[in-house]
Amino acid sequence: MKLEAQQLAYGYPGRRIGSDVSFTLNAGEVLCLLGPNGSGKTTLFKTLLGLLPIQCGKVMLNDCELQQLERDEIARLVSYVPQAHGAFFPYSVRDVVLMGRTAHTGLFAAPSARDHDVALDAIRRMGIAYLAEAIYTQISGGERQLVLIARALAQEARMVVMDEPTANLDFGNQVRVLERIRALAADGIGVLLSTHDPDHAFLCADRVAMLRNGNLLACGTPDTVMTSAQLQHLYGVEVLVTEVALGQGRRRVCLPMGMQA
Amino acid sequence: MILCVIVVVAFAIGRYPVPLSDLFRILWSWIGGAPHGLDATLETVVLQIRGPRVIAAVLVGAALAAAGAAYQNLFRNPLVSPDILGVSAGAAVGAILGIFMSLGVVAIQSMAFAGGLAAVAMVYLVARAVRGHDPLLLLVLAGVVLGALLGACVALMKYLADPYNQLPAITYWLLGSLASTDTRNMWVAAPLLLAGLLPLWLLRWRINVLSLDDEEARALGVSVGRIRLVVIVAATLMTSAAVAVSGVIGWIGLVIPHFARLMTGPDFSRLLPVSVLLGAGFLVAVDTLARSIASIEVPLGVLTAFVGTPLFLWQLAAARKGWQ
Repeated sequence: MKLEAQQLAYGYPGRRIGSDVSFTLNAGEVLCLLGPNGSGKTTLFKTLLGLLPIQCGKVMLNDCELQQLERDEIARLVSYVPQAHGAFFPYSVRDVVLMGRTAHTGLFAAPSARDHDVALDAIRRMGIAYLAEAIYTQISGGERQLVLIARALAQEARMVVMDEPTANLDFGNQVRVLERIRALAADGIGVLLSTHDPDHAFLCADRVAMLRNGNLLACGTPDTVMTSAQLQHLYGVEVLVTEVALGQGRRRVCLPMGMQA
Repeated sequence: MILCVIVVVAFAIGRYPVPLSDLFRILWSWIGGAPHGLDATLETVVLQIRGPRVIAAVLVGAALAAAGAAYQNLFRNPLVSPDILGVSAGAAVGAILGIFMSLGVVAIQSMAFAGGLAAVAMVYLVARAVRGHDPLLLLVLAGVVLGALLGACVALMKYLADPYNQLPAITYWLLGSLASTDTRNMWVAAPLLLAGLLPLWLLRWRINVLSLDDEEARALGVSVGRIRLVVIVAATLMTSAAVAVSGVIGWIGLVIPHFARLMTGPDFSRLLPVSVLLGAGFLVAVDTLARSIASIEVPLGVLTAFVGTPLFLWQLAAARKGWQ
């Protein structure tokens, strides 16, 4: 199982955002997409999910062209965690997560007892069992983010695309979500996520892709791609990548340089 | 349960009161075929006059409430009524044209039905023709614009109508009434109303998911465009048939689903049946009032608003699961 972009050009109808993007995401692997604001990360994700028309090139899902798959077939292969947002109706958290089961539910059916079990299990795995009966519109932005991840888990797809899953979270929940992402990869699920914190790439990514103005600057392992020079080129600020001792081993971290007294 | 009680009471009350015991004897003999030994006038009142009218109220109320509930989910807005795509305005133009041409009741109802369908079809096609924008927004805009145009047509025809015969008939129709229902037109309208209800029930879970934004719903595996079309067709069929039978009755489609949501929460598989029951019960009750509180019939559209608004405000104040 893999998700593959081949010389992909993407954007909105009449407006090209990016072009010539090629990469492969394998099952069991975490690919982290870095890029400044407006670099086209969300647009790229939506194109990979078939939510925006492909302008040029191909997206292959499990060796099938994306356009030839039905919506529910795509949804059983790839799930999507959008950036947390408001909702229109006061559904309970349990109902929102249950909506992740839609692709497994017959057109004329409501979710079965098994679907309810899967949804509850996903809620528990995200550590938000206490929210299950809460009203989705009344919980905080960070909690909504966790609910949306739980919904993607309930979808039981082999690939997950997460748009800034850590954006609204407190420090503890950021770490918990990154751990959860590693656990998903260990279960054989491929995760593609975007983040604004390069340290998150060091923490959870097997490979890192850098996107700037709609073009891939680099794609490879964190240690080879995420150098001081590359990050500086990507974000336009001076960055120091250094190593700190952590228990037995060492870990790389990013430090902004322009802030010294 | 409450619906049953309201229906029974509605049978009994009216210009010609029917005692409950007699009512049951008449219904029993109608079912079983045994003679009831009561006045024949009583039987006519129950089976020929009040029966179709109560059934019409049940069906029209249910249809308007169900269509409203579906549209509120579809358009992700609690302030949407079944009229949003111009169905009532189209039906009104059809019916008034019928009155204008001095057609019979059945012809006027058919024209109203066709007018409603045509208006929504036009709105849908206009919205489809313009691409590259939010399809939902286009639908609403097209509906509002075309609704305004049809409203102007209604105004023009009222202005041109013969003020002694046609104008009262037009005004009466626009205010809504179930007085002209009989067994014949119910046999036509009832299947249409039920045919609209069925797809809404079958697609209940997909309709839930449609209340998320388009991209999210599609990422969850819903073919948004197709499901939306089915819901619009089903709701339009129901609303058109309802408006053709009863004239324009506002308020039910807007507020009954809202009312139901306050009771059940937003899950459409519970919202739909509760809306249907509430809408049916409410319209039967209001129609019973309409034909019994005064010696003349009070227009239904007027009464639904007078009765419904205070009820709704009270419910809003008492609600816990309200809008945030």
